[in-house]
Amino acid sequence: MHQPPTPTYLEEFKRKGYKRRDFVKFCTLMAAYLGLENKGISQVVKALSTKPRLPVIWLHFQECTCCSESFIRSSHPIVADVLLDQISLDYTETLMAASGFQAEEAMKNTMTKYKGEYILCVEGSVPTAADGVYCMIGGKTSMQILEEAAEGAKAIIAWGSCASNGCVQAAKPNPTSATPIHKLVKGKPIIKVPGCPPIGEVMAGVIVHVVTFGRLPELDGLGRPKAFYSKRVHDTCYRRPYYDAGLYVESFDDENAKKGYCLYKVGCKGPSTYNACGLTKWNNGVSFPIQSGHGCFGCSEENYWDNGRIYERASAFPGFGIEATADKVGKTALIATAAALTAHAVMTNVRKKKLIKNLEKQGTESEQELKK
Amino acid sequence: MANTTSSVQRLRRVYVWEKPVRMYHWLNATVILVLIATGFYIANPIVINSNREASDLFLMGWVRTIHFIAAYIFLFNFIFRIYWGFVGNKYARWKTFIPTNKGFFKEMWQVFKIDILMLKGKEHMAVGHNAMAGFIYFFTFLAFLVQCITGFGLYASMSTNWWLPKLFGWVPAAFGGDAYLRSVHHWTMWFFIIFVVIHVYLVFYHDYVEGRGEMSSMGGGWKFIEEEEFKKSEEADAKPK
Repeated sequence: MHQPPTPTYLEEFKRKGYKRRDFVKFCTLMAAYLGLENKGISQVVKALSTKPRLPVIWLHFQECTCCSESFIRSSHPIVADVLLDQISLDYTETLMAASGFQAEEAMKNTMTKYKGEYILCVEGSVPTAADGVYCMIGGKTSMQILEEAAEGAKAIIAWGSCASNGCVQAAKPNPTSATPIHKLVKGKPIIKVPGCPPIGEVMAGVIVHVVTFGRLPELDGLGRPKAFYSKRVHDTCYRRPYYDAGLYVESFDDENAKKGYCLYKVGCKGPSTYNACGLTKWNNGVSFPIQSGHGCFGCSEENYWDNGRIYERASAFPGFGIEATADKVGKTALIATAAALTAHAVMTNVRKKKLIKNLEKQGTESEQELKK
Repeated sequence: MANTTSSVQRLRRVYVWEKPVRMYHWLNATVILVLIATGFYIANPIVINSNREASDLFLMGWVRTIHFIAAYIFLFNFIFRIYWGFVGNKYARWKTFIPTNKGFFKEMWQVFKIDILMLKGKEHMAVGHNAMAGFIYFFTFLAFLVQCITGFGLYASMSTNWWLPKLFGWVPAAFGGDAYLRSVHHWTMWFFIIFVVIHVYLVFYHDYVEGRGEMSSMGGGWKFIEEEEFKKSEEADAKPK
């Protein structure tokens, strides 16, 4: 039986009724997000007009689907269209029409047909406690599904904080032993795209990069694409001048909050969070948390649920619980030290009385000798 | 001189702390105080509202600049002290900080009994600093290391492209993110504060119960040591351990 060749992205676009103009606009946008120079736009255009669409399997484990939601709301309409329809999402529970046996069949087909070529996208963490019974699909544990799907994958994209670092279900005490993907799959290139959710344009950008250049984007020490995660939210924040000036909001209803001062003192985690929110923003570039008057949550950082309180600068430290801040413990220790030293000083005068008296006596005697 | 009463001990001026050690000490003390003060502001800034435009103000900016400059001085001073531990006189050597033999622990135990628990017994009279002090300083050096690594680790991503801070670029990943790194940096600062309080107290204490000019020794470098004690210490040092 003759099988039609996999269509290119451009062909799929045209079939969908988009004009070439829209297509080029999309490519320009993506090139800009990826931080490419002018020349890069033509590279993106060329790649998307000639390369066959990338087979993708999108798995959902312990998650809330906010990553998918973010993805389909990325600012340019083509982003959603291209990456959901054209990118050939061969299997994704949330968005595919098929269900039950048909769905499982579709995944199996993609896995065999495109062995070694498909991109495995994982949304959500994998529970490992109690043999993985906390998250099962079609009678299989998520660990089994992940292992099967990872086997023939070209690369794995860990979408969102759940897949990248466990997120809320991995917060203490982590009852299901929710585990991020990089700790379970070895020997496959893994791109972490943390965030709760990650920015839609960032997600699209990662896929466009893989399609355009045929390889993974440059990653940082933690496995995140450098193009989007090399700067702190703080570094690209439009309220940064207030930070540098020393002007801060002290409570959400004070005068300084109205003036739009820096949210540092009300717990903004921007200074310790690496993400593109300040530049790319959300919902068609309308706003991002800080612009809406709320400090950064730090949602793309590892362990952000346990790292401290949302509305305070102080962060938790192992062994002291979330209630103890460094300054509280420090002050207590300082008072204890002062008390101990006072006791020691008193005891010195009691216990070493003879020694001290002797020193004084020697001093006086020496003086007498010198007078002679 | 012949009719010296036996109770008066003859003291000799001993050059204990060399000039580089003293300069290191006071530079270190100064930058640590600056780092603590600016560090507190950075962690929890006092809000000083002003009528002036935000563009005219740069308070946090200056405080951070001072913190970073002091941090560089602290780092280089620390590196110098590590070097001086190899070439300085015997009171500055690493051997006096890192326990290498049984005698070190024996001396520590004695200091613990006599100076901390205040038990009766033979007074311990060290010429340089005693074994207990040396060992605590060793921990202080470790704390220096922690502060340099965590501090420059946080600084790496906000610095320019100079290679030195970039050397610490791996640190946030190793600690699992900036937030945790920042906590370690902040908690370790409290070690410094408590150390300073105890350290200054003990200088007063030694000056008071030994009468050898402990307090001024970090100024001029010399202490007044009893001839007997000095001989004993020299003999102990000469003895193979």
